[in-house]
Amino acid sequence: MSRVQLSETGASRGDHRLVAGLVTPGARVLDIGCGDGALLDLLMREKQVDGRGMELSQAGVNACVARGLSVVQGDADRDLEDYPDDAFDFVILSQTLQATRAPRKVLEQLLRIGEHVIVSFPNFGVWRNRLQLLFTGSMPVTEHLPYSWYDTPNIHFCTIRDFVSLCREVDARMEKAMALNARGEPVPFTAPWWVWNLIGEQAVFLLRR
Amino acid sequence: MSADAANRADHPSSKVMRFSADAALTLDSGPKLGPWQIAYETYGTLNADRSNAVLVCHALTGDQYVASPNPYTGKPGWWSMLVGPGRPVDTNHYFVICANVLGGCLGTTGPASTNPATGQRWGLDLPLVTIRDMVNAQAVLLDHLGIETLFAVIGGSMGGMQVLQWAASYPERVFSAIPIATAARHSSQNIAFHEVGRQAVMADPNWCGGRYFERGVRPSKGLAVARMAAHITYLSDPALHRKFGRNLQDRETVTFGFDADFQIESYLRHQGMTFVDRFDPNSYLYVTRAMDYFDLAADYDGSLARAFLHSPTRFCIMSFTSDWLFPTEESKVVVRALNASAANVSFVEVESDRGHDAFLLDEPEMFRTVRGFLTGAANARGITPPGAGA
Repeated sequence: MSRVQLSETGASRGDHRLVAGLVTPGARVLDIGCGDGALLDLLMREKQVDGRGMELSQAGVNACVARGLSVVQGDADRDLEDYPDDAFDFVILSQTLQATRAPRKVLEQLLRIGEHVIVSFPNFGVWRNRLQLLFTGSMPVTEHLPYSWYDTPNIHFCTIRDFVSLCREVDARMEKAMALNARGEPVPFTAPWWVWNLIGEQAVFLLRR
Repeated sequence: MSADAANRADHPSSKVMRFSADAALTLDSGPKLGPWQIAYETYGTLNADRSNAVLVCHALTGDQYVASPNPYTGKPGWWSMLVGPGRPVDTNHYFVICANVLGGCLGTTGPASTNPATGQRWGLDLPLVTIRDMVNAQAVLLDHLGIETLFAVIGGSMGGMQVLQWAASYPERVFSAIPIATAARHSSQNIAFHEVGRQAVMADPNWCGGRYFERGVRPSKGLAVARMAAHITYLSDPALHRKFGRNLQDRETVTFGFDADFQIESYLRHQGMTFVDRFDPNSYLYVTRAMDYFDLAADYDGSLARAFLHSPTRFCIMSFTSDWLFPTEESKVVVRALNASAANVSFVEVESDRGHDAFLLDEPEMFRTVRGFLTGAANARGITPPGAGA
């Protein structure tokens, strides 16, 4: 499960710092779709976590193992069932949910494996996307989501509102939610969901069963 | 040749450690084996706190000469691309030990060794040995070398089986483990291939019920056929096709006979013939049988996860995409069990079209993974990893 390329704006790194802020020091952590291991590395250095990763691409896994991280080659859609219940304190799915085949099943697996689940994803409901669709009649292609519809790995886009509905359907408790602006910083005020859904480029949720 | 073979089974050119009957090995099959001996080579230097030892486990027909020329064939060490100065298993930093397996024929007690009770070759009187017996013998060797904990255990194929057995039997002695192109149990198909090989050896009239040394003969044809059949299983269809295709051997057209018309035939005959010069036929029976009997989960109530429960070992598991003898799925079974037992595991499937043999060949992705994993493990172990410029 390769992570979505989040362009050169540093949005990805901002996202990592936010995710790291939600993790308790020393926790057992599984990062699914861990890419080249940047987030795991950050968590192990700054939070002293006992970190594990799962990554689909051989290049990603090799990069991780070469930097001393414990990462298995695997697919979030298929291989999460191999983990026992409550195996981790935190399970992280960063910028990957929209690229899974069965997001609901994946989310249910995450909640089974981890006491806490951190999910971050690009918000398809952001005003920019809405305007593009409204005025050009084409699927939005933006700086943050640079793929055309026919070659995108992102096959299950959702909005913040959609994700909140899914959490309710699978009985996940939302402990924390954040909307991120174009610079990857949290929107610095609380607002109703519909506002976040309009201005958030990305969202980060902390869930538990 | 056969006098030679007998001689090297008792007096190999490598280091040997010999044990009296008082230090007999208790074998899985029941009997005690002793006196017995184990032949080994070492490379590099053991550090002051004895924390940099790496055990290399060899495969079916391997030997202790992992990183130095084999004195009998003159060929380079069988894993000298992976193990040596500046290599991924860097002997400038790690102290590498590689021992001939129990049941082998290059200096560790096996069917070609002298049975001290009779003064004759053991032949089939040697009790059957298992992968666990091989590992127990290595553990005794390490005890006598003063090595309590191994920094790493690494091996491919049957060597990988020994790595898994090490991690299960002696978890506290294994800091990191690298099982490559292997499985936690030998599959039915693999047992079947081994049976074909053994039957080929035993069907050779010169086998003489295993007493060929005394008769001054040798079942070379049978062993060569066994090796030819086995060799096919180490390769892949695409690799064979790329290398040989339907090319003819030193001729323009087929001969309408049973000569080696095709290059692949000539290649296999060569593989068979060179093999019989360096390997003992009875040893081939014993070591293939040890692999057949390997089923790690069976020793833990059928649960592989239980074999690794509370394991402190860091695992790095590798498979190759075109390996149909030990396919990726077998490695994934191990990965799943390790995940279920909350062990520390990495897993890489290396893209290669060279089949099972890939683990012995120049596979840069495998080298990078081994190097990176060992560097991470060295940092965790508090020993200076290669390239750290200490």
